[in-house]
Amino acid sequence: MDFYDTFCKNKDIDFINLFGALSDRDVERAMTRENMGLMDFLTLLSPAAGKHLEPLAQKAHETTLRHFGKTIQLYTPLYVSDHCDNQCLYCSFNAKNPIARTKLTLKEVEREAAFIAATGLRHILLLTGESRKESPVAYLRDCVGILKRYFHSIAIEVYPLTEAEYESLVAQGVDGLTIYQETYDEKIYDRIHQSGPKKDFRFRLAAPERGAGCRMRQVTIGALLGLSDWRKEVFFAGLHAHYLQDRFPDVEIGVSVPRLRPHAGKFKPLSIVSDKDLVQIIIALRLFLPRLGISLSTRENSQLRDNLVPLGITRLSAGSSTGVGERIATGGQYDAFRQFEIADHRSIAEMIVSLRDKGYDPILSDWCPI
Amino acid sequence: MEVEDILKIGDVEINNRLFVGTGKYSGNRMMQDVLVAADADVTTVALRRVDSSAPVESILDYIPPKCRVMVNTSGARNADEAIRIARLAKASGAGNWIKVEVVADSKYLLPDNLETLKATETLVKEGFVVFPYMSPDLSVARRLADCGAAAVMPLGSPIGSNRGLRTKELVEILIHEIKAPIIVDAGLGKPSDACICMEMGCAAVLVNTAIAVSGNPVEIARAFRMAVQAGRRAYLSGLPEESIRASASSPLTGFLRDDHKSA
Repeated sequence: MDFYDTFCKNKDIDFINLFGALSDRDVERAMTRENMGLMDFLTLLSPAAGKHLEPLAQKAHETTLRHFGKTIQLYTPLYVSDHCDNQCLYCSFNAKNPIARTKLTLKEVEREAAFIAATGLRHILLLTGESRKESPVAYLRDCVGILKRYFHSIAIEVYPLTEAEYESLVAQGVDGLTIYQETYDEKIYDRIHQSGPKKDFRFRLAAPERGAGCRMRQVTIGALLGLSDWRKEVFFAGLHAHYLQDRFPDVEIGVSVPRLRPHAGKFKPLSIVSDKDLVQIIIALRLFLPRLGISLSTRENSQLRDNLVPLGITRLSAGSSTGVGERIATGGQYDAFRQFEIADHRSIAEMIVSLRDKGYDPILSDWCPI
Repeated sequence: MEVEDILKIGDVEINNRLFVGTGKYSGNRMMQDVLVAADADVTTVALRRVDSSAPVESILDYIPPKCRVMVNTSGARNADEAIRIARLAKASGAGNWIKVEVVADSKYLLPDNLETLKATETLVKEGFVVFPYMSPDLSVARRLADCGAAAVMPLGSPIGSNRGLRTKELVEILIHEIKAPIIVDAGLGKPSDACICMEMGCAAVLVNTAIAVSGNPVEIARAFRMAVQAGRRAYLSGLPEESIRASASSPLTGFLRDDHKSA
């Protein structure tokens, strides 16, 4: 039994009628509840709740402050390979995209690591495309062996692994797992993942619990917003997080809220998620799961990110690069391609200053390797 | 004349019974201002936030010299991790005062008493001065005290909840039964909560969130300091018994005074 069973019990909810039936009164009632249930979560995601954003935002802010204080954890992504066997319509790494592929040598990984670590940041997110041939688990292990000399916390955002593979990476020093389901709509999932191992919806869906069961300290999930109706997607992401929190009480569960960004392909979002929608999403997640980590990447621009922080964000990426080896490209020239375009180009030092200016403490190290 | 009232932990004398945590602040400078305003003698610091290799400042640079650091094992999910964090803290020069905090529950952050006991037993044997954070339970508190914990730290309510002393009945039992000092940790939301703890006979209280997320952390730190002092003085003075009925000053012998007056 895994999350798929919980998912199946809820996937046939008549969202359109349910959301349509929720009133202002229902929103006001949900807002006063200390411990929210699934129905309250759905109420906060409803169109009716969209008319109550300011009082909901106040409550989300107060809840965040109480649980996390005025702190924001910073991390940065490190792409080590863009080889990929999948054909995902929304991603630059799509195997069909006719672009030169890159994979960092271990020496280059070390140079990138040293470059990032010099900023004082001690949290790193290691990313690859899905190619067991070009970036096998043994390669990831080697990368982690280098990264642990520079960072206190190493998370991975790679293809879904087996339990034994997660175990071997945890033993090597990995303590966090990020894996997005992309969409919880099985039909759309099948359509946009045209070929490759990623077509296996259930293997990916169960990856977070495989990782959590292997003593990861932190597991972050999410949907790529723009692939299907956001209200449904966020409901299932919240349901998934709730399931993981219940099943793995000693693991910090997080949700990320990435919106689809321009990439090296022609795919356009199937659903538009406005800034206002994003605000409602963050508020609903925070109030439903008060202790949930909520991450926001540099897919969003600096101004919006600054405004979203008080609503419930606990983790921000900074000094991001979504291209392989971009940071150490000679003379600042970078000719390769990126997984997606980023919208907030602030360096880690600039993010530190910006957060401090807004009364937040940027946390560069939140763990000590023991 | 003021009565000297010192809390002794081993050879260390502590004047201020308000211990202050260092998490959740908007920055190290604010945290430092709070420690100064609280006139804190003891502060807790999470080792996971101490990065001795950082090219930028360390949280330890901002702790006033008079303030003794008690490293907490925040982040530990079992006894083994807590023990390793404590050893690491000692090796990195952060001292041997350890607040054992073992939390295997990310939703409510409630401590795991069994793992806490295991870690305390080991660390005491290794020479650490151990302050275990626990859910108030008499049997566990007895074992913690018996194995040499410097104090026992029951929670008032869940960390960060600001709900006050919801565990009052249980903490009162610990105060009566446990010889080691009882220090209420977690959940105190208002200075009056801290005052109640001290009036009951707690040896000290530890406050973090209520100060750190206040609109004016420095002012509320002062308020907590005064509340702790007031509560302690009230406890030392001997509080009168409570009653739900009004009682005349001399209901049975008042006539004697009347007689005297008439005489």
